[in-house]
Amino acid sequence: MGSWRRGLPAVTGHRLFWPVVVLVLLLAANVVYRPSFLAVEVKNGHLYGSLVDIVRLSAPLILVALGMTLVIATGGIDLSVGSVVAVSGAMACLHISRQPDQNNLGGVLVALAMAVGIALLLGIWNGTLVAVIGIQPIIATLILMVAGRGLAQLITSGQIITVNSDPYRMIGVGHVLTLPFAIVLALAVTLLVAVLTRRTALGMIIEAVGGNSEASRLAGIRARRIKLLVYVVSAVCAAVAGFMMTANVSSADGNAAGLWVELDAILAVVIGGTSLAGGRFYLGGTVVGALLIQTLTTSVYAMNIDPQTALLFKAMVVIAVCLIQAPAFRAKFWRRRTSAGSPAAPAGEQRKEQVAA
Amino acid sequence: MSDTRPVLTMTAISKFFPGVRALDGVDFRLFPGEVHALMGENGAGKSTLIKVLTGVYGHDTGAITLDGQPVSFSGPMEATEAGVSTVYQEVNLCPNLSVAENIFIGRQPRRLGAVRWRDMRRRASALLARLNLDLDVGELLGNQSLAVQQMVAIARAVDVQARVLILDEPTSSLDADEVKQLMRIMRQLRDEGIAIVFVTHFLDQVYEIADRITVLRNGRLVGEYPTAELPQLALVEKMIGKELDALERLDEQAGRDLAAVETGTPVVEATDLGKAGSVEPFSLTIHRGEVVGMAGLLGSGRTEAARLFFGADRADRGRLAVDGRPVSIRGPIAAIERNIAFCSENRRTEGLVGELSVRENIILALQAARGWLRPVPRRRQDELVQRYIEALSIRPADPEMPVRNLSGGNQQKVVLARWLITEPRLLILDEPTRGIDIGAKAEIQRLVVQLSDGGMAVLFISAELEEVLRLSHKVAVMRDRQLVTELANDDSLDADRIMRVIAGGAEQKDGTRHE
Repeated sequence: MGSWRRGLPAVTGHRLFWPVVVLVLLLAANVVYRPSFLAVEVKNGHLYGSLVDIVRLSAPLILVALGMTLVIATGGIDLSVGSVVAVSGAMACLHISRQPDQNNLGGVLVALAMAVGIALLLGIWNGTLVAVIGIQPIIATLILMVAGRGLAQLITSGQIITVNSDPYRMIGVGHVLTLPFAIVLALAVTLLVAVLTRRTALGMIIEAVGGNSEASRLAGIRARRIKLLVYVVSAVCAAVAGFMMTANVSSADGNAAGLWVELDAILAVVIGGTSLAGGRFYLGGTVVGALLIQTLTTSVYAMNIDPQTALLFKAMVVIAVCLIQAPAFRAKFWRRRTSAGSPAAPAGEQRKEQVAA
Repeated sequence: MSDTRPVLTMTAISKFFPGVRALDGVDFRLFPGEVHALMGENGAGKSTLIKVLTGVYGHDTGAITLDGQPVSFSGPMEATEAGVSTVYQEVNLCPNLSVAENIFIGRQPRRLGAVRWRDMRRRASALLARLNLDLDVGELLGNQSLAVQQMVAIARAVDVQARVLILDEPTSSLDADEVKQLMRIMRQLRDEGIAIVFVTHFLDQVYEIADRITVLRNGRLVGEYPTAELPQLALVEKMIGKELDALERLDEQAGRDLAAVETGTPVVEATDLGKAGSVEPFSLTIHRGEVVGMAGLLGSGRTEAARLFFGADRADRGRLAVDGRPVSIRGPIAAIERNIAFCSENRRTEGLVGELSVRENIILALQAARGWLRPVPRRRQDELVQRYIEALSIRPADPEMPVRNLSGGNQQKVVLARWLITEPRLLILDEPTRGIDIGAKAEIQRLVVQLSDGGMAVLFISAELEEVLRLSHKVAVMRDRQLVTELANDDSLDADRIMRVIAGGAEQKDGTRHE
């Protein structure tokens, strides 16, 4: 309960301060562009509005990024998540499309189970390459990143499979208790992962393995098993994200589904404060990071920025976030400004100035 | 050039790290055309002194002069430019580049921005010829033997008009012939007037080549001696040293009561246990309540032997029995299940997870043994951690502090606490008191006595003989990767006798090398 002034450094020093600032700025920019941006309304008992859309669309990214967080915490990386999205989406859609009655819930559930099963195998494949055989994670998962696209094409026979299944579409665009189902699902998975890592000792053990693998081994941790586990979790998360993405458009495209999602996921993790070197991880930070990236994507489209240049714009914002977050960069930036300009203002106020500029 | 004026002096150098005084008023001088051995056990301050000299670290007090001019290098580059070059233990060259490229990397001869390859090759050949090395300079460095790589590193170092050449354990990975080759080059450079600082753990090499010896211990200067006036035994004595006042209180209660140790089935019994290329087969028993000291110089196989007990490395021969029953220890987990605990000598790389808190580090082994599905309840964690923070007086007494912020001694206590809460029956301590201040050292020693009185078996490895003598019931002496003898710690055993056994190895080795 300190005074406002004393509380200020605690707020500005928080890991998520800058990502949240940028998120708020992005939302503000949207409001300036379209004043009705923040409006949320209830139509037919369902929640609608741009904000709701942003959260709904970020659901798959949140899922992929959660798995990625655990992998990165062990000091690894998983480049294959985009391909796993494509494979699982293709698998689910293929099975559903072969049903006589695509609206049969049982058939859809079997399809989902089959797709999750394949994702499990793919996760074990990644984990084995990394933990048992000892290939560097970036190379090990690069194999599946490339091969997985081929596998997806094999499943769909090179076609785009379209499905017409209400239960399946539900995953992407349905509603539960006024909320979009995707949001509820993402929230549930986030809670599940949080409970799994923070209510058990798994989180600490993952952090120990990522922080110092050899010390962990000598303390009796089965580091290999833990590494294998996180790649499996990552693949399963990606599979569920694959359902959302394909259900959203009611079709599975082996080439386009989940394309480049691994990069967005890695960015979300890093923006959330988890170091690529492994060790401490922050699930909450990852969720904020994913929301930030999706907001950025949506804003780019909403503001009619030429889609050709959208990626460039996105990249610039991401670089800015990463730089602002780095204490070393802030310190450098700062010294230059103070030596050039007015030296008097206290640090807290100058920081605010910097954001506004 | 006058031989009476030192090319380099370091006067009253002190260097503090948080919680540790790494160097305390150390003097060092170096004359042109001499090989000067810098000796001391691990943690004595040799590397810190070299790093201070070459500008890797700043120094807190003291002065450095080069040719009578005060200098203070901001980094190794600046030191090299001023003529002080260093060749490190691990060759820091690029194996994927050619020999010539490695010699001239960063300062290739150029014209209009383009590298003059032919000129570079010619100059590299000339340089190597000067060192009597016949090499194709276009070959990849990685295809050469380690010794040749080492010599290329030296060639690179002396090409920059070096007047002082620092060789930091250059021979530790070389075989006898390669060492000879290196010595030849060292002599040649010395005769050219270059001053060489030679850091090594091999006593015979020191006596073969060094003109003078400076000995450090615990960050302090022990003395500077002409090699001819310092017999090998005296050198070992000076390196290992005798512990001072703060520990004397413990001495009173020492002279461990040999009768108190239970006989009967030993807690662990190693029979011809060994691992090829690491440690020769040895046999050793440790009983309940017994402290077995392991003495020997660095690289004598002490750590390697201890790691076999814990499964940190897997033995490829011999047998291990726990409580008389043969067991196969395939990894740390198997050892922990049999209540064996191991505190590695490398706290930072093999002990602690620096980023995690004191609490998490302490709980780690217990948690690992329970499996991740059964977390130690938070209240029990806090209770255990609090108890051990108090019992071992870990400072600061903040369980949530990242462990990397603690001083060396407190980090050591955290590792100890981690294993003590697993209630081990055999505790292996590898250099538990190295690099920590004297107060923490005394506390840890007292703890070992307490634990063994309570029935714990302890394998205590240390380079400090005083400490080994004070704590152990019996002392196993390692030399050249062999357990040479086991000495009961009765009244007749003193540091001199152990030193003779340790140094005996060095003399013997000396003999075989010179046959």
